[in-house]
Amino acid sequence: MQAVMPKPSPASKILWVAIAIVGAFCLGVVALRRGEPINAIWLVAASIAIFVIGYRFYGKFIEHSVLRLDATRAPPSVLRNDGLDYVPTDKWVVFGHHFAAIAGAGPLVGPVLAAQMGYLPGTLWILFGVVFAGAVQDFMILGLSLRRDGRSLGHMLREELGPLPGIVAMIGVLVLMMIVLAVLALVVVKALTHSPWGTFTVACTIPIALLMGVYLRWLRPGRILEVSIIGLVLLLASIALGKNVADSATLAPLFDFDAKALAWWLIGYGFCASVLPVWLLLAPRDYLSTFLKIGTIALLALAIFLAAPMLQMPAVTRFIDGTGPVFAGNLFPFLFITIACGAVSGWHSIIASGTTPKLLANESQARLVGYGGMLMEAFVAIMALIAAASLHPGVYFAMNAPGAIIGTTVQDAATTISQWGFVVTPDELIRTARDIGEGSILSRAGGAPTLAVGMAQLLHNVIPGASMMAFWYHYAILFEALFILTTVDAGTRVGRFMIQEIAGLIHTPLQETSSWAGNLLATAICVALWGYFLYQGAVDPLGGINTLWPLFGIANQMLAAIALMLATVVVVKLKRERYVLVPGVPALWLITCTLTAGYEKLVGPISFTAAANKYAQAMEQGQLLAPAKNAAEMRQIITNNYVDMALTGLFMALIVVMVLFCLRALLRAWRSSHPTAHEEPYVALGSVAS
Amino acid sequence: MIGAALRALRKRAVQTARLCCGVPDYDVYVAHLRTHHPDRRVPSYAEFFRERQEARYKGGGGRCC
Repeated sequence: MQAVMPKPSPASKILWVAIAIVGAFCLGVVALRRGEPINAIWLVAASIAIFVIGYRFYGKFIEHSVLRLDATRAPPSVLRNDGLDYVPTDKWVVFGHHFAAIAGAGPLVGPVLAAQMGYLPGTLWILFGVVFAGAVQDFMILGLSLRRDGRSLGHMLREELGPLPGIVAMIGVLVLMMIVLAVLALVVVKALTHSPWGTFTVACTIPIALLMGVYLRWLRPGRILEVSIIGLVLLLASIALGKNVADSATLAPLFDFDAKALAWWLIGYGFCASVLPVWLLLAPRDYLSTFLKIGTIALLALAIFLAAPMLQMPAVTRFIDGTGPVFAGNLFPFLFITIACGAVSGWHSIIASGTTPKLLANESQARLVGYGGMLMEAFVAIMALIAAASLHPGVYFAMNAPGAIIGTTVQDAATTISQWGFVVTPDELIRTARDIGEGSILSRAGGAPTLAVGMAQLLHNVIPGASMMAFWYHYAILFEALFILTTVDAGTRVGRFMIQEIAGLIHTPLQETSSWAGNLLATAICVALWGYFLYQGAVDPLGGINTLWPLFGIANQMLAAIALMLATVVVVKLKRERYVLVPGVPALWLITCTLTAGYEKLVGPISFTAAANKYAQAMEQGQLLAPAKNAAEMRQIITNNYVDMALTGLFMALIVVMVLFCLRALLRAWRSSHPTAHEEPYVALGSVAS
Repeated sequence: MIGAALRALRKRAVQTARLCCGVPDYDVYVAHLRTHHPDRRVPSYAEFFRERQEARYKGGGGRCC
């Protein structure tokens, strides 16, 4: 049974033509105006027009022709209704849940880093990437899972491709998760280095969360909203108090750490947090960060609409040639690796095949949640890009370029950056640091601080006040640190269960999740895995983000490529070959980008190999290269680059293996005369008693 | 009329907020138990909340980067 596309009325035709014209005009202004800065509202309007057109036409085309979703078919929530995991739920409630699960630090960080190439390349990739790749992936994986009892991505891969590809993909997911945790933790390290104010407020989240945990457990069980409001008030108080700590000569040194020390604190914290009972620390912080995240995204949107900032970054900078200080590499493929979340993110395929398909009350609502939810995330990415591009470009580069390139004093930084064509004076850099209540803004890569300065300036335009800039800056830092730390806790716990499962194959008692020995051992292994990369980032010559973000991007886009390849295989297995290009083209594009980026990171001037060789040669000649201070640190940097090479090679091998498995499955399905996909049989919605 | 609509909106908002934290609707669960499993004991909201809190972090990786 296939639902028939309704014929549009004349009024609706006129409306859509009007939206298309407005959208095309706004996009034209964004893309073609040169020499004078444009207002961010043009970008917002162009994005909204493209999103609604993509949703109405391409989304609907996928719904009706490719997935052939059927409103009369009973979804898993109805068939297996258990009142807990499988519950038919209102579509807007599911939408809110799904968006809260997919939106994280990713869409806020990637676009900020990519702003070094100007706002235009990032904007175009986000807008067209999401419509033709990201939203397609989320929506199609959700659709496939809906037809398979809400099964997970791993399960569907095993069923449709075979057991071995399933295992290969799951190894990829585990490694990806470790890289995600390390990179996100590094964002926090970069934001808090030598920032007593920031470190104090983030440290305060621990006692606040413990208090909330006790309150929820013993005083008023289950009153999430109530306790979250209490937590929020305490958090805001801690931001205000942080200023006094930073100004105090006795207290400030207690919260003043360098990157290495912060990395060790985070590693220790990650270990403790994930062996404690969830109700004590993890869950209450999770509630707080979820609400704060949604609230702050809304605040950012409001600030952009009210402040309507001018974009000071040029549309395209000279750094599209691959010489950029924030990350190395040409526009192709590195732009498409740097902006993952926001355009297309493999991680979403895990969520789209997790809780969401078990909640949808009808197949006809999948487009709103799957395709629409991802468009919302792309909008968050556009807002992050606006926040970064509305900064003074000189300030932007001072914050994001590593010390090895721009030097460590404001004079050196201002000279270097002005030579690039972004004229800035040392005074401007000092004034910006003073406005936000920090000692220095130099080389704070990682996206969070840049976004925080951008947000602080936007909010300051809307709500003026002498010391408000510093408050908003630390609010933005706190909000990012809060949900990154929640991800680190929860991710370490999930990684621990995965490791215990694998260890259980070797020695069964280790599988017992309630056993303290198995628990501590698996947690230690998990923390060591991501902790290694975090520490590596903290001692990295180019500041860490420069090295680790491409690895994260390659891994995340690899997972997206795998999810889209699964969708491609299933479309052919359903004998709908004429639509094979819908998931097939984005899959091919991501395979090309990840393999090219991987190759350039293995061979050539910007590769890990070149970095390792540079340090090895200097060692042979008895020289020391910054930031290494002795031979042991030189050796450490060389080893780190070898590990990164091995990891890049592993990701490339995983992709190639998955491509081969998919080609085999595609050939078989193409030759078959009948559909071979593993869909559950049709059950009419009306025939199931609720 | 408007009061009823506002109450319904508030209920939806609370339901969404709780679901974002991994806690499904308690009333729906109780109704489900009463209809399909009348023999089982209905847990209190506190018990239900604790069980869901534990279940949320059992694995699955329910959030993005």
